Amino acid sequence: MTAVPEPISDLQLEGITKRCPGVLACDGISLQVRRGEVLALVGENGAGKTTLMNIIMGLYRPDSGSIRVNGEEVHFRAPGDAYARGIGMVHQHFMLVPNMTVAENLALGLKNLHHFLRLDLKGAAQKIREVSERYELPVNPDAYIWQLSVGEQQRVELVKTLCLGARLLILDEPTSALTPQETDDLIERLQRMASELAIIFISHKLNEVKALSDRVSILRHGAVVFNGQTANHEPAELAALMTGHEVTLPRNEGSGLQGEPLLTVKKLCVRGDRGNLALDGLDLELREGEVLGLAGVSGNGQRELADALAGLRPVESGEIRFNGRDLANRSPREIIDAGMGYVPEDRQTEGIVPSFSIKDNLILKDFAAKQFSRWSFLARKAIDRNAEVLKEQFDIRCPGTSTAAGSLSGGNIQKVILAREISRGPKALVAVYPTRGIDMGAQEFIHSQLLERRREGIGIVLISEELEEVMNLSDRIAVIYKGRILKVLPAVEATRERLGILMAGLVDPDPPPAADAPSIPAAGAAHE
Amino acid sequence: MNMGVGIYNVLCLAVPFSVAILVAALGENFNQRAGVFNLGCDGIMCMGAFLGFMLPYSVKTGALAPYGNLLGLACAMAVGAAFGLLFALVTVTFRASQGIAGIGLQMLGWGLSGTLFRHFVGGVTGVEGIASMPIPGLSKIPFLGGVLFSHNPLAYVAFLLVPASWFLLYKTPWGLKVRAVGTHPRAADTMGIRVDRTRYQALMLGGAMAGLAGAYLSLCQAKMFSDDLVAGRGFIAVALVYFGRWSPLGILGGALLFSIAQSFQLSMQVWGIKFPYEFAVMLPYVLVIVVLALARKARQLGPTDLGKPYNREMRF
Amino acid sequence: MNKQKALFAGVVVLVVAMVAALLVALVLLSIGASPLETYKTILTGPLSDLFGVTEVMVRAVPLMLVGLGIAISFRSGILNIGAEGQIQMGVIAATAVALALPGQPKAVLLPLALLAGALGGAIWGGIAGWLRARLQVNEILSTVMLNYIAAQIYTFLLRGPMLDPNELETGSGTPQSMRLPDAAFLDYLVPGTRLHTGLILALVAAVLVWVLLWKTTLGYRMRAAGAGAKAARYAGIPVERYLIIAMLLAGGFAGLAGAVEVTGVHHRAIEGISSGYGFAGIVVALFGGLHPGGIVPSAVFFGILLIGADMTQRTTAVPANMVLVLQGVIILSIVSAQSFLRNPYAQERLLRWLARFLPGASSEQKGGQP
Repeated sequence: MTAVPEPISDLQLEGITKRCPGVLACDGISLQVRRGEVLALVGENGAGKTTLMNIIMGLYRPDSGSIRVNGEEVHFRAPGDAYARGIGMVHQHFMLVPNMTVAENLALGLKNLHHFLRLDLKGAAQKIREVSERYELPVNPDAYIWQLSVGEQQRVELVKTLCLGARLLILDEPTSALTPQETDDLIERLQRMASELAIIFISHKLNEVKALSDRVSILRHGAVVFNGQTANHEPAELAALMTGHEVTLPRNEGSGLQGEPLLTVKKLCVRGDRGNLALDGLDLELREGEVLGLAGVSGNGQRELADALAGLRPVESGEIRFNGRDLANRSPREIIDAGMGYVPEDRQTEGIVPSFSIKDNLILKDFAAKQFSRWSFLARKAIDRNAEVLKEQFDIRCPGTSTAAGSLSGGNIQKVILAREISRGPKALVAVYPTRGIDMGAQEFIHSQLLERRREGIGIVLISEELEEVMNLSDRIAVIYKGRILKVLPAVEATRERLGILMAGLVDPDPPPAADAPSIPAAGAAHE
Repeated sequence: MNMGVGIYNVLCLAVPFSVAILVAALGENFNQRAGVFNLGCDGIMCMGAFLGFMLPYSVKTGALAPYGNLLGLACAMAVGAAFGLLFALVTVTFRASQGIAGIGLQMLGWGLSGTLFRHFVGGVTGVEGIASMPIPGLSKIPFLGGVLFSHNPLAYVAFLLVPASWFLLYKTPWGLKVRAVGTHPRAADTMGIRVDRTRYQALMLGGAMAGLAGAYLSLCQAKMFSDDLVAGRGFIAVALVYFGRWSPLGILGGALLFSIAQSFQLSMQVWGIKFPYEFAVMLPYVLVIVVLALARKARQLGPTDLGKPYNREMRF
Repeated sequence: MNKQKALFAGVVVLVVAMVAALLVALVLLSIGASPLETYKTILTGPLSDLFGVTEVMVRAVPLMLVGLGIAISFRSGILNIGAEGQIQMGVIAATAVALALPGQPKAVLLPLALLAGALGGAIWGGIAGWLRARLQVNEILSTVMLNYIAAQIYTFLLRGPMLDPNELETGSGTPQSMRLPDAAFLDYLVPGTRLHTGLILALVAAVLVWVLLWKTTLGYRMRAAGAGAKAARYAGIPVERYLIIAMLLAGGFAGLAGAVEVTGVHHRAIEGISSGYGFAGIVVALFGGLHPGGIVPSAVFFGILLIGADMTQRTTAVPANMVLVLQGVIILSIVSAQSFLRNPYAQERLLRWLARFLPGASSEQKGGQP
């Protein structure tokens, strides 16, 4: 953009404090980042990283503290102000309007293309071409966002931010939806770009931090607890600083008695929201007492598979044989009664009724069961007792079981859901992104709960985008790509690289290839 | 009766019938494209109809008399914009539930227009209103001249509003902003678009158009005002937006479909076909329900954040 | 914690009432009426004698019934705006049954008529519920349309098939049905007034709705469907079915209100019998917090408003449409306040803003405001 007074070479935060209802999200944070430098901002979920970045972008106003650009104090009231000073951000959830083209998305922010009654889309496309050539980030300005893969959308975000004049880039968890190869590719690009930009890289994946950043700052409970040169510290050391204590996430130690096949999915075809075949002849088998991890880039049919298993999406063809019965196209109630447990993806809206109390949420599937109702009247005493027992057993931290479940933290909501599902004594459990966005303590608890259920003989399908989680917990790992299982491998044989290649839909180098796996170049190949 | 003449009559009548719902629906389309579902459209039309009537009525004898109609239209649009502003305050700034708030606005507009009418006017009185204006030359074309070019000036304006609102939505910076805040307000916000301000603007424009639609009813169609003049046309307009899948052209099609049904119903009575009057009157309302039932798949194409208040501070 | 919350909510309701009163005062001023005088007439006029009080209760009965039904539907996640039409269908069904069985004893005929009314309303409401559940038709639009359709059916029947033959003979031609047989009348509660036993019916209904919503598994299902449709679906609750049930119940209550009006007050189906109760019922339900315990007093309050507005029309020449204005303003203020109550960020901002005026009251005073 033309109105930049001078290119940003130095950003300085001093004593930034921001209070959100119930928490001190940022507590006197001071940071500095200069041109040519990559600062990694590391912290657990809820440590205040995103809030801090939103303050820099002018989306939130700090309660106190100052922001200086090139030594001059600034007050941003909206992201436009931040862009005007050369600060731009790529958000974790892409900020792209899906039913508009790339050029239109950029034109939203480029005010000098806004003429009275005329929108200069050609200018926007031109700008995109320039920037994408300069930084080697190929992007088609006329493509609609919804047609692009996640990796391509990521590139669009980068190009868009650069087009808007950003010379200080904030990247919020940019790798969370990418395959390992796409991640490596992104990090390489960023390294190249770092010489002429300043970059703030937010992540909780310490190997990426190690690979990319010059300096690292660690946030915990809204405050900076550590500043240092990345090169001088090992990931394990950073991890301990991040959580405040040594965390060892439990691992699946193998062995155990994997029994009979419990859930057999055969040639399953299910349509997605846009009418496309999101599952296209998927086969899967889950045995008693095993954790079957489902790895894959999100959007390859995970959601549809989970929905079909829960009875919430019609099955076009194929079968879901569970405990000897075909459950395809059965109602959710029948599937629940058959002994299927479910931890849904979106815990706030799918897992609980937020305005209901914790105790009411704990009987969401069982309110009509004999122990909680008599002649269709709710048995309040039994419901209260049930809640007290589960609260203790699952360590649900809350003021009381009458509290609205929606007011709890993510980790505690997940514990409510897990308590409900496990206390029902299911035969199998489908867990979709069970630890997404929750802190390490709760994560540890949930992992150990899942492993304990496995020992009891429950079969668990674990759908996750965190490869580490999948590799830690699973007995076998299935890789899903374009609605099919590309390969199932024993967890002991899985490496990050090997899974990454499979997740990109490529032929597994080791054994002979699957019948019709496409062979396309690595980076950002997945298309709608 | 000659079949051709019958069709001609139905079509000639249909065009004036379509004007009010067309203008109101095009206005509502801006609201919904910006992500706000304004059910108060009906109440705004009541206020527009009242002021459109009231101004020429009250300056009938004064020096302003020649400008009465223009004043009426201007005031109707102004009050519409003001009601849009009020609705924006409630649904955008206070982030209230849009469906119920819309019913509140409808009651307010309906009640207020009735109250003011009874206080200042009282009984049934007519105004001269705005007369039809056949376009010289064009109106002489056989068949088409009568159907298309022999109407009230506002009717021509209404049909010009169709391409105009298409242009505004798809070819101007403002339209881009409106579409963005209705689909992904957070993305728009991070790009420096003032989400609330854009929604305010869209609601005021939509309100002004609803006000104009109301004034058409009182000034051009009925040339009088009464409590039940609008008779739910605002709700029909809202339904038309769904039916037209948020596209001005689709809305035009829907508006014509409705008005043809309505004029067909009137023509049947003229032709002396025995059919209970009440059932004929309810026909358009039944049609709305049928149309809504058929249009249910349209949702994904439109503003996906319709009906959701935007709050910058709320996390995902 | 909870007490504090309740107090806060109470304050907000008060503020809402004051804002609404102020806005309406502006309207009153603009038509040259004195707001204070008008409010005084509206609020005290109806309560000045026993007859006035009973008339208030006569209005409160249908408001209560309609409001209860609307509370059920809103709680279940379906916005029923169609009570007006459902009332009319209830009136028709109750009248038809009462007229069709003239010789029956009261113990048979009255319950049958009331039941028929409830059934008529339930069917009319059920249509909208079915359309929403099966065809995803927006229930607000469909119920509004069904109101217009019901109004036309109602006039058609009163002017045609159900028209009192006497009207045709004597010639005044008022569109109304024949007078119901005495056996279909609700008894009077207070001699010499119009207050009828429908009041007891409405109060019992309020208790039943409370039990239904908060004590039974059916109510649990319905509230779960309304408060978190997705989660309910994942938990195996067929949400669509409960939308239909909720609309059947809501329509049933509105239909019952219509039946009570015809058997208790008018004793025949007349034009304009629903007199806006369907819309006022929405305000009653919202003002009562969608809870039977709040709806009962709120119905009485709006009964006062309706009678008071009639009085102002006579004494201070303020048109009775004013009540609609008041209702509209109250709805707008309530929904605004509700979303404020649900938004902790806005509350915190307000509290902090207030704290600036109370020096030393807050521990979070920090300098450096931008």
